[in-house]
Amino acid sequence: MIRVAHYVNQFFGGIGGEDKADMPPRLVEGMVGPGKAVQAALGDQGEVVATVICGDNYFAEHVERASEEVRELLRPYKPDLLVAGPAFNAGRYGIACGATCRMAQNNLGIPAITGMYEGNPGVDLYRRDVYIIQTKDSARGMVDAVNKMVTFAGKLLRKENIGRPAEEGYFARGQLINETADRIGAERVVEMLLAKLRGEPFESEVARPVYDRVKPALRIKDIHSATIALVTDGGLVPKGNPDKIEMITATRFGRYDIKNIDTLNPEAYEVSHGGYDSTLVRQDPNRLVPVDAMRDLEREGVIGKLHDTFYSTTGLASIVVIMKKVGQGIAESLKAEGVSGVILTST
Amino acid sequence: MGIPAVQLSAVIAVAEMVGSNRIMLAQKIVNPVGNADLDPVEEKKLRRSMVKKALTALQADVEKQTVLR
Repeated sequence: MIRVAHYVNQFFGGIGGEDKADMPPRLVEGMVGPGKAVQAALGDQGEVVATVICGDNYFAEHVERASEEVRELLRPYKPDLLVAGPAFNAGRYGIACGATCRMAQNNLGIPAITGMYEGNPGVDLYRRDVYIIQTKDSARGMVDAVNKMVTFAGKLLRKENIGRPAEEGYFARGQLINETADRIGAERVVEMLLAKLRGEPFESEVARPVYDRVKPALRIKDIHSATIALVTDGGLVPKGNPDKIEMITATRFGRYDIKNIDTLNPEAYEVSHGGYDSTLVRQDPNRLVPVDAMRDLEREGVIGKLHDTFYSTTGLASIVVIMKKVGQGIAESLKAEGVSGVILTST
Repeated sequence: MGIPAVQLSAVIAVAEMVGSNRIMLAQKIVNPVGNADLDPVEEKKLRRSMVKKALTALQADVEKQTVLR
């Protein structure tokens, strides 16, 4: 008998609406609300042994703390599986479902499943970490959603092979998994091309990257007191490439001291980038990281200060999710160092 | 609060695609802020004018993606 724990919000838990949204997690033994649909889908294979009910605001405002509280409530019941939601198009509920599933996987060591509508912000936040079954946008789709979730959870529990997102009905997790094809790539791609030319549907094997849109940062008001940092994705590194920044598909960045340096000396630098002819940059690294010109402007008081460190990574055949982390790392470091603005040079 | 950044790129379309908000056209892919055809003094003058222009982008109010050519 599979022991199933279920997470629901205050609304589906029958406690109340927005007036109860600040409620911390509480545990009820057995099934509550949509737990009946979960139990029906389980049949005699399993039993909903415990339900945690938590207010949407409480969870969304204290994600870490609420996850820990849910974990401690569930631990004594030794569940084999966590089912969360489904949350449909409810945003805060979706975040809570994603977070509790991740907690169950990481801290309770059990598989977890939830369900959401594609527009739910919980999808983008948690689809890389957990399996989220695609549902309709409202509770009218409850029975169908729960049946899919429980069926899929069975595969996780039995450790069966999980098929592609479109086949199984979950949101793509951004994972690359090797599989054997019966035809070579050339045949497959020509078939896709012909389908495209005929206006027929086809599914690419390469997911298109999704890029963030961010609000422009506010301008620098006083350039004469500003600290300006130089950043590049052109792979300039000190000789010997001390941080071992990869020439292609980089996973990291380096920060290099230019304090009291008037110009980048070609003897001291090399380029770790396999995507452009770096001859001209190796002859004069200032062509990529303009230390010489910026130092002059600093001396003349045009800018307050040239930041003591320049940052470098390699932008070539990069994986967006990895580069996002690299960019965040650089930005956090620049922020901690009190930098006011950045000149980013790209090859 | 974010830090304003200006991306100097010779391929504006890529900078636009990835979502940079302040974009400035660079010289070439192989030497964004240089020009090996110039003599060293002229080349440094060019670089100086480019970074000064980049600084104006950092001092400009920007509501959406903006390209400085």
